[in-house]
Amino acid sequence: MAETMLAADGTPLKRSLSRALRRQKLRALGLIAPLLFFVLITFIVPIASMLFRSVENEIVSNTLPYTVEALAEWDADQSDIPSEATFQAMFFDMFLAAEAKRHTRLGTRLNYETTGLSSLFRQSGRQLGDVADISYEPLTGLDKAWDDGETWYTLMNARDATDTALMAEQRKRIAKLTDKEASGTVNFAPDAEVAALLPLAAREYTAWAIYVATQDGRDPAARDPWEAMAPALLIDLKTADISGYSGPIADMLRAAQDTDLPVADFTAAFTEMDEDWGTKVPWETIQTNSSKYTSGYFLNAVDARKTAEGVAWQPDNKQILIKLFGRTIWMSVLIMFSCIALGYPIAWLLANLPRRKANLLLILVLLPFWTSLLVRTSAWKVMLQQQGVINDVLVWIGLVADDNRLIIINNQFGTIISMTHILLPFMILPMYSVMQTIQPTYLRAAKSLGATNWTAFWRVYFPQSIPGIGAGSILVFILSIGYYITPEIVGGTKGVFISNRIAYNISSSLNWGLAAALGSILLAAVLVLYWAYDKIVGIDNVKLG
Amino acid sequence: MGLPPYATLGQRIWYYGFRVICGLIFFFLIAPIVVVMPLSFNAQDFFTFTPEMLRFDPAGYSLKHYVDFFTNPQWQLAMKNSLIIAPIATVISVSLGTLAAIGLSQSHVPFKGTIMAILISPMIVPLIISATGMFFFYSSLGNWMENTLGLDKGLVGYIKVILAHAVLGIPFVIITVTATLVGFDRSLTRAAANMGAGPVTTFFRVQMPLILPGVISGSLFAFITSFDEVVVVLFVGSASQKTLPWQMFIGLREQISPTILAVATILVAVSIVLLTTVELLRRRSERLRGMSPS
Repeated sequence: MAETMLAADGTPLKRSLSRALRRQKLRALGLIAPLLFFVLITFIVPIASMLFRSVENEIVSNTLPYTVEALAEWDADQSDIPSEATFQAMFFDMFLAAEAKRHTRLGTRLNYETTGLSSLFRQSGRQLGDVADISYEPLTGLDKAWDDGETWYTLMNARDATDTALMAEQRKRIAKLTDKEASGTVNFAPDAEVAALLPLAAREYTAWAIYVATQDGRDPAARDPWEAMAPALLIDLKTADISGYSGPIADMLRAAQDTDLPVADFTAAFTEMDEDWGTKVPWETIQTNSSKYTSGYFLNAVDARKTAEGVAWQPDNKQILIKLFGRTIWMSVLIMFSCIALGYPIAWLLANLPRRKANLLLILVLLPFWTSLLVRTSAWKVMLQQQGVINDVLVWIGLVADDNRLIIINNQFGTIISMTHILLPFMILPMYSVMQTIQPTYLRAAKSLGATNWTAFWRVYFPQSIPGIGAGSILVFILSIGYYITPEIVGGTKGVFISNRIAYNISSSLNWGLAAALGSILLAAVLVLYWAYDKIVGIDNVKLG
Repeated sequence: MGLPPYATLGQRIWYYGFRVICGLIFFFLIAPIVVVMPLSFNAQDFFTFTPEMLRFDPAGYSLKHYVDFFTNPQWQLAMKNSLIIAPIATVISVSLGTLAAIGLSQSHVPFKGTIMAILISPMIVPLIISATGMFFFYSSLGNWMENTLGLDKGLVGYIKVILAHAVLGIPFVIITVTATLVGFDRSLTRAAANMGAGPVTTFFRVQMPLILPGVISGSLFAFITSFDEVVVVLFVGSASQKTLPWQMFIGLREQISPTILAVATILVAVSIVLLTTVELLRRRSERLRGMSPS
């Protein structure tokens, strides 16, 4: 048989060719790589981060880690309000969160689920000091030294063995709570023996020391701890067996244990702060939203809520977002049909005029296309105002009385007319390029076979122009459902789109999770439409100018 | 499609009626842009034609809104920012985009469809969604640049807006440059290599002059994208990076000053220049590639 073909350098031709091909591929990829990397970092990652944020829900477990843990066992249907242990965990979580000023953020987050929780968290945060004082005052009354930060530091700081696990756990707790790094040096390490004897006090002191060192940049050895240390210590002392303890201030600890100092009844204390704590409502909300990921924002985006019993729809009069989605689609359809109605005759005229005349008229289409969006929007504001050009002209002609000027701005009409104007070139250009390819001989043939003008148009010309209508319609529809600027300026409150709601949630109501969820839904809709556009027209056929 | 001499009355009515309809639609397209121009010379602080203007009384007209634009520090800051941000963003998108377009036009590119979809995506995704995603990501990116790299806060603000605008302009560069490369004759680069030119020389002396019209019109698109962009800059930038469209948007949303109309008139003039340039380039490119210019 034929021997293997060899390339000039003696390698088999097949291998030589595939090597050349591989090199070519690598060179192509090497040219694309910088841009691909750039787009991934500056665009794809931000979009992915938005998608992630629409389901991310770590704030509850980050702010109230021990409460969430205690609530895991609680069953709202079976039992009454949660146990005293849960209230106790809540007290220490909230105390730290309030010192870090994070409890109001959590309140705002939970308020999206249950109205009223925002003020509940804000007000309770202020009164936690009073609850701590129930233990703090008697303890410092017993021995002045408990008021001194040095006493606590001597007790808690490591002597022989350090509880590294506790230290790492609390660093993580502070980092999650504050959303900032908590890995800096801390002039403190919890003593393993004390941590075993007084677990709660050691935990809270360690958290405090890390917070003071990493967030405030101070030395915990020279600072007085928060009042919440007193109840933590007294709770530990109720059960701790400190008879074998011989470390520093052992005497003070024994004295405090023997005196039987008071600790607040946390259930009663919270109920006294606000009677809502005595109901199941806030606890159910915390429990339902304690998981790290939530469908809550997506449910909110379609006017539903997550409750302990499952998904609940908002009452009809509060269903604003579904209505807004509906209105966005409805108005986009109207804009699309207006564009078809206005664009079709123009495209037909351009396609059937002689080249030179058509090019001249095409400038009238391209000029608005190239003009700044803000210019066109301000032009429409000038046109549509009550004292604007359209009303002035109508009054001058006598069609409208001066005291009865039309209201055509800040409503749906304003949005539809200005967006039709802005998007019309996107309809005309694809229609025109399709109509250019339709042979006029077909029309003549139809007529010579006896068709009337209308039949010839409707049965012969129109079906051939449908691809242009389809391409233009999808383009206009996609552009219009994501529009923000024009509805914001001329749409008032009745003529705005879902995108205006996204912007509102980002900049005014600060409900970023909901904004991300609304954005994700809109993105999904647009991608489906683009997929259809790609199937029908092909993205590669997108032409500019 | 002239009217034949034997046309019936109905055909005549239809013929002229259709032209009137088309004229009205063209009027609808152009009128709002044209109306802005005389109003920008209004001597009053109104958005409407005053009786003096309608009588063509010279007292009804003035250049005061233009003077305001060129003297008001707010507008000047906005213009300066626009003229800083748009050119830098354009340079980034054009340099990266042209290289990638050349890579994409090679005959064997693995995952071409996926890569193309990713590169075109900034044009497909609605601006409000891009802005939302960038708002979240760029604020942490900004913090990182300030804290870890120790950059100045103002500089970081510009970097964020420029990066965002550069990526928004990339699809336009890719589309226009790949369109030009479709007609590019590969044997020219081979001929250049044959005569001893290295890849860099070939690129700058042979390929670049031929695809230059596409590159320039792509860069005009990228420039206008950044120059006209407001949603992303509203979300990503801060007040010290406000651009002309930002200032116009704020003006339109709150109380409006006719200076906006003066700016609008200037921008219309700019877009006429750009439109003419792109059209001339397109014709030149088609002539160079041996097609008859349309």
